[in-house]
Amino acid sequence: MGMTAILASILDGVLIGAVYGLAAMGLTLIWGVMNVINLAHGAMIVFGMFGLYFLASALGLPAYSAVPISIVSGFACGVVLYWLAVHRIIGRPVLMSLLATFAVNMVLVGIGTALWTTSPFNVSVTLPGITWGDYTFTGTHIMAAVLAGVIAGLLYLFLHHTRVGKAIRAVASNREAAELSGIPTTQILSMAFGLGVALAAVSGTLIATMFPFTVLSGDAYQLKSFVVTVLGGLGNPAGALLGGIALGLVEGLTTPFMPVSWTPIIEFGLFVLCLMTFPRGIFALSKG
Amino acid sequence: MWRRPFPWLVVAVALGVALVPYWTDDVELREGLVLAAVYVILASNLNLMIGYAGYVNFGNIVFFGLGGYVGVYLVSEWHWPLLPAAIAGGLAVSAVALLFGLGILRLRGAFFALATIGINEAVRQLVTNFEPWGGATGIYLSFDAYAPLGGPMQALWLAYFLIVAVMALSLLASYAIRNSKFGLGLLAIGQNEDAAATLGVPTPLFKALVYSASAMLPAVAGAIYFFKLGIIEPTGAFNLGLSIEAIVMVMLGGQGTVIGPALGAFLYEELRGALLTTEAFSHFQLVIAGALLLLIVLFVPGGLMGFVRRRWPRLRWWLE
Amino acid sequence: MSTLLEVVNVSKRFGGVLAVHDLDLRVDAGEILGLIGPNGAGKSTVFNLINGVYPPDAGRIVFRGADITGKPPYRVARSGLARAHQIVQPLAGLTVLENCTVGACFGRENLSLSAAREAAREVAGLVGLGGQLDLLAGQLTTAGKKRLELARALSARPHLLLLDEVLAGLNQTEIEQMIEIVRRIRERGVSILMIEHVMRVIMTLSDRIVVLNLGEKLTQGTPREVAADPEVIAAYLGDEEPDDMDERQ
Repeated sequence: MGMTAILASILDGVLIGAVYGLAAMGLTLIWGVMNVINLAHGAMIVFGMFGLYFLASALGLPAYSAVPISIVSGFACGVVLYWLAVHRIIGRPVLMSLLATFAVNMVLVGIGTALWTTSPFNVSVTLPGITWGDYTFTGTHIMAAVLAGVIAGLLYLFLHHTRVGKAIRAVASNREAAELSGIPTTQILSMAFGLGVALAAVSGTLIATMFPFTVLSGDAYQLKSFVVTVLGGLGNPAGALLGGIALGLVEGLTTPFMPVSWTPIIEFGLFVLCLMTFPRGIFALSKG
Repeated sequence: MWRRPFPWLVVAVALGVALVPYWTDDVELREGLVLAAVYVILASNLNLMIGYAGYVNFGNIVFFGLGGYVGVYLVSEWHWPLLPAAIAGGLAVSAVALLFGLGILRLRGAFFALATIGINEAVRQLVTNFEPWGGATGIYLSFDAYAPLGGPMQALWLAYFLIVAVMALSLLASYAIRNSKFGLGLLAIGQNEDAAATLGVPTPLFKALVYSASAMLPAVAGAIYFFKLGIIEPTGAFNLGLSIEAIVMVMLGGQGTVIGPALGAFLYEELRGALLTTEAFSHFQLVIAGALLLLIVLFVPGGLMGFVRRRWPRLRWWLE
Repeated sequence: MSTLLEVVNVSKRFGGVLAVHDLDLRVDAGEILGLIGPNGAGKSTVFNLINGVYPPDAGRIVFRGADITGKPPYRVARSGLARAHQIVQPLAGLTVLENCTVGACFGRENLSLSAAREAAREVAGLVGLGGQLDLLAGQLTTAGKKRLELARALSARPHLLLLDEVLAGLNQTEIEQMIEIVRRIRERGVSILMIEHVMRVIMTLSDRIVVLNLGEKLTQGTPREVAADPEVIAAYLGDEEPDDMDERQ
């Protein structure tokens, strides 16, 4: 395979990786703020995917209008999920939060399968790409990466320059102190959860602009999110974005040489390896 | 251990379960009970991880599938008799689990659980690409395999008895471990791993040992089950749904107790059977299981046994 | 008098903060050594280094002649060094008896289950929990949990016991009872290294005292010498009055 082809694959991987990073940010945010590992993360990504399908294919709306709608509806969903399943298990052993969110995932995927079966869905979105020599970078990939970057930037602004955002960070660093200084921590937790789910949903929407999907796609992207979270360090959104790009890079490097079915195995191996060698994340290392 | 009533109860029930369908020659009952026995085996061994050590093993079905593959492969290609093949399957899988466990159980609870989520998928993909084990089509046992046992009819009954025996062994092992020093260490780890370490419990070793122990009997059961079935292929061997249902069974019956998982397995099997008769519900199987799990975790984390033992503390002595 | 524990030139850094710097410490067999210092002096860090929660960046820790630097907590416990934590960590779902049995089973003596239960019963009696053996640890009062913390550490029949602010959160009566218990522990031949903020108590109980400030050893000596040392008083004046800090936490 030619060098330019591999390079193109890597660059494409970086673009897609930005979206992986966005998805992982949702996961790491929830994890960092309330020490809950959201195993329904994958289901919420699928939620965003189907959102695009219904808005664009069924209702005929312009594809990218689904992006803000995903964010808002994802947030609402997240808040509901928090009150339904997560609230009671805050502070209980980690085992319980794993099982609770896992159970939610089972329910959501089960309902999805019953409603839409496991057939693939595809939303065709066309955007002019950028050509470079023999290779064209797909317009949708570029747009997805750009939007991911924009949303990540908005997230940063939100967390550092709004009252709610700062409250979330306060609760994340020390819940008791935050409580004592008058912050309504439970409300904040629900909003943080909503935010995390919104990020999952919107990244699902972006992925759906690029690739076909099924009700069961959530698992694969959830695994990617976990790999990225571990790479970037828990509760570290910037690390998540970097980790996502790194993962995209790795995928870009390996997919020209390997059948697609091996990707989950490689990612799983990478995941376990990272967990064992860098328990606090590769990027956390450099922060000291 | 034999001075308390519980082990005798286990043996009695096992004998009953084994002999009743045989004497009445009720094949349908037998088939139903085989499934129930497999559930009990999966649940009670999983309980060692979840209920004792506090570590969720999402990929527990891997042991069952791998044991099945090793056992069936030995019978089919190397013409081993069933029992040695099954035992070899159990030993091989628990040895691999020990090695893997020593590495992966350095991770704390949450990370370990996450690592087990992908393992089922990864192993399934690996096996699908592994030609000596039949790749995606799997291994198909010809009728010759049953000849040494006196033909298919006899073989099926024998396999059934063996599975019931493994079920009894699982419960007895659960009980023995719970009342041993090893078990106390595990329970301490499950309550507070750091405190347990400070008290001298060798946490990495114990975790790896229980992981390995929880692999053995499901692997043996897998070998026998798939021998009985006559065919093993990746999707059926590494059935993620069953892995998940095992977790629900443990939580339903009461994690940490010996009888809880067995009860949970039985109850869940009944529930599932009742629901499957209605066409509409069969699609919703995992939805209902999920909803059930959520309710248990939120409101009754001790499961059925947790509830019973709190309500009627006297019964603690009888129901372990 | 033989040396039981030696901490030699030990340092530990967390990120940019040097929590413990070049610390030397010695505990002799049969003595009660008090470790005091203002908040943030590094006392709990020293304990964590000794019992293996994390390894020091520099220096050595020698226990009964064997190097235990950086060894994981369960190995340290096996060699006869036990710890009662400041923030109690009861094994909440297990009974008081089971909690102590864990200590007896996996500690220095590595007893069998039945022997451990006997040892556990005896120790529980020593700290006054003899009547609550079948109670779940999670159901004890704060004072009860503190005693359990102590009993559990003691069940392992350690040579050296690290006590981390065992009096925190106790009222006057409970403090008096605890002092009695500590005395009884020493009578059994267990050496003690204790961190405490209740000045009156630590001055009474300790044979010697080491004062820590900002991660370094400020001074050491008998209680009387230390109490009169102007540098020690100055270090504490930068903090709160030590005697006020204890009673109502």
